[in-house]
Amino acid sequence: MSAASQPLRRDPAHGWVAGVFAGLGDRLGVDPLILRVGFVVVAVATGGLALLGYVVAWAALPATEGRPAPLARFAWVPRLRGDWRVALGVGLLTLSCLLAFRQLGIWWSDAVVWPLVAAAFGVALLWGRSRSEDEELDAAPLRSPAAPVEPGSASPEKSSAPSSPVGDLYRGVFGILLVVGAGLLFLTSNDVFGGVRDAALTTVVVVVALALILAPFLWRLGRKLASERAERIRSQERAELAAHLHDSVLQTLALMQKRADDPREVAALARRQERELRDWLAGDGRGSDADRFAAALRREAEEVEDVHRTAIDVVVVGDRELDERSRAVLGAAREALVNAAKHAGEAGPIRVYAEADDEGVEVFVRDRGAGFDPATVATDRQGVRESIIGRMERVGGSAEIRSGPDGGTEVALAVRRPVAEREGGGA
Amino acid sequence: MNAGRPSVVIVDDHELFRAGVRAELEDLVDVRSAAGTVEEAVTAIIEEKPDVVLLDVHMPGGGGVEVIRRAAERRPAQRFLALSVSDAAEDVIAIIRAGARGYVTKSISGPELAEAIQRVRDGDAVFSPRLAGFVLDAFHGELTEGEVDPELDQLTPREREVLRLIARGYLYKEIAARLSISPKTVEAHVGAVLRKLQLSSRHELSRWAVERRLVD
Repeated sequence: MSAASQPLRRDPAHGWVAGVFAGLGDRLGVDPLILRVGFVVVAVATGGLALLGYVVAWAALPATEGRPAPLARFAWVPRLRGDWRVALGVGLLTLSCLLAFRQLGIWWSDAVVWPLVAAAFGVALLWGRSRSEDEELDAAPLRSPAAPVEPGSASPEKSSAPSSPVGDLYRGVFGILLVVGAGLLFLTSNDVFGGVRDAALTTVVVVVALALILAPFLWRLGRKLASERAERIRSQERAELAAHLHDSVLQTLALMQKRADDPREVAALARRQERELRDWLAGDGRGSDADRFAAALRREAEEVEDVHRTAIDVVVVGDRELDERSRAVLGAAREALVNAAKHAGEAGPIRVYAEADDEGVEVFVRDRGAGFDPATVATDRQGVRESIIGRMERVGGSAEIRSGPDGGTEVALAVRRPVAEREGGGA
Repeated sequence: MNAGRPSVVIVDDHELFRAGVRAELEDLVDVRSAAGTVEEAVTAIIEEKPDVVLLDVHMPGGGGVEVIRRAAERRPAQRFLALSVSDAAEDVIAIIRAGARGYVTKSISGPELAEAIQRVRDGDAVFSPRLAGFVLDAFHGELTEGEVDPELDQLTPREREVLRLIARGYLYKEIAARLSISPKTVEAHVGAVLRKLQLSSRHELSRWAVERRLVD
């Protein structure tokens, strides 16, 4: 099928006479010389009859430089649709082959030749039709032109692409009649209608004719259904994607342009959009873990990020169910995040690291701000003491605030399952 | 420690991003060239012989893993630092196991990136907090008897400690100060973890990475 993307053309630039074999050799990947020698042998053997074939090929094939085939200059040819022309060509080729064989004295008789030619013509018509529609289905960029485009004249490609239903029907019926007629012709000329012993042969011929007629229709039907289904799925996905991008990304980009004078706002918008897009790309995996610690911690961080316009990076190792103790850790972590965002939001991203398993939870919230001495916590920081340390102590956990002289504050929160519960099992 | 600015080839299929990184790094490292495809990258690496290749994970035609695979045929000692917008565990684990000596995300600042490049040039490993988290997660939990290669499939308590501090956002020198060890020792621990990550046959590692569809 891949070779069909490049239509057969004459190559006068490299040919000896009209470039038929140069073009054919190029297409087939065979040295033209071999083809030429073979042709000369055949021509001699058929007493020059094959030379006629060369003339036909010269007339029918377009040249490589895009000049139309000599035959196409006749006014009536471009009006023939591509597949008619192909079918006609197949019929004629079959005819010439058979005639050549007969000339050589091989057993073909008229009783075989004419039915075969008619059948070839009809089958080519039917199959050519299904093939050209396949190409439309494939949306192949290179619609292999059955005939050259003649500039100015009514373009045959254009007329053949959107084939009219009436023309299709006409052509289909004609093809069927040809094949059926060929079968009948074969049977009558072999004089088998009289003989009962040949009933089997009759059946075989009818079945073969039916198969030849129906196969392209069934083939096309199958392909059409499959491609329609695929197309429907694709367009649904496209619509969903477009809707999502419009609702979220485009809106955010518009908002960012309006707020271009506020770098912090722009950064926050970009970050929020990034997060949403990542969630969306990751699929709905997050929706189901509403009661898991890791997802809950990320949500807290995202909310603080949104409210305080600061960047928070969250790394979580392990996971667990949310219970009273881990909820307390979440609350305390949120306080720590808010605190860090308020006092150190400008000094680079706040980092959250959490480890969770069935035994307990640990959370570290670290900022790179100026730091403070927890021992001399100012009165306005009493909230910290209550909402972080107090909260953790009430569930039997611990909270530790470290502030280094080189800057940066880290709040370490930890809670473990009490020993009694651990022995009893169950969370 | 090598003196002087490390030479770098930037590999990324996004032109805008290449230009941005180049501008950010121009004064800090010696940017030799920038490549946008796997082919270009392999050619540039072989021609320029850079100290460090800054490598995008996602590219058409096989991505960063393919660049490492093909460049390594000609330059087996080439050092790579992976740089990506993706934080998906399977990407991170795949590129590290292919041979990258570190992994940082694209949101990293210019000076931080230059420092990471220098560290990779000097033969050290660069772990972002997230990568440290991934490693801890991947090596988390017990292994059943019989499939443990203690050399490769387990982290030592010290390595675990170092990784946790990286995950918490500590710099190497801060980690050294906290653990009362020298920065060189911290680097040695991280290097050992990198080796384990690359060589471990720990059966869970790849599967874990694929299953963990974490993209945040």
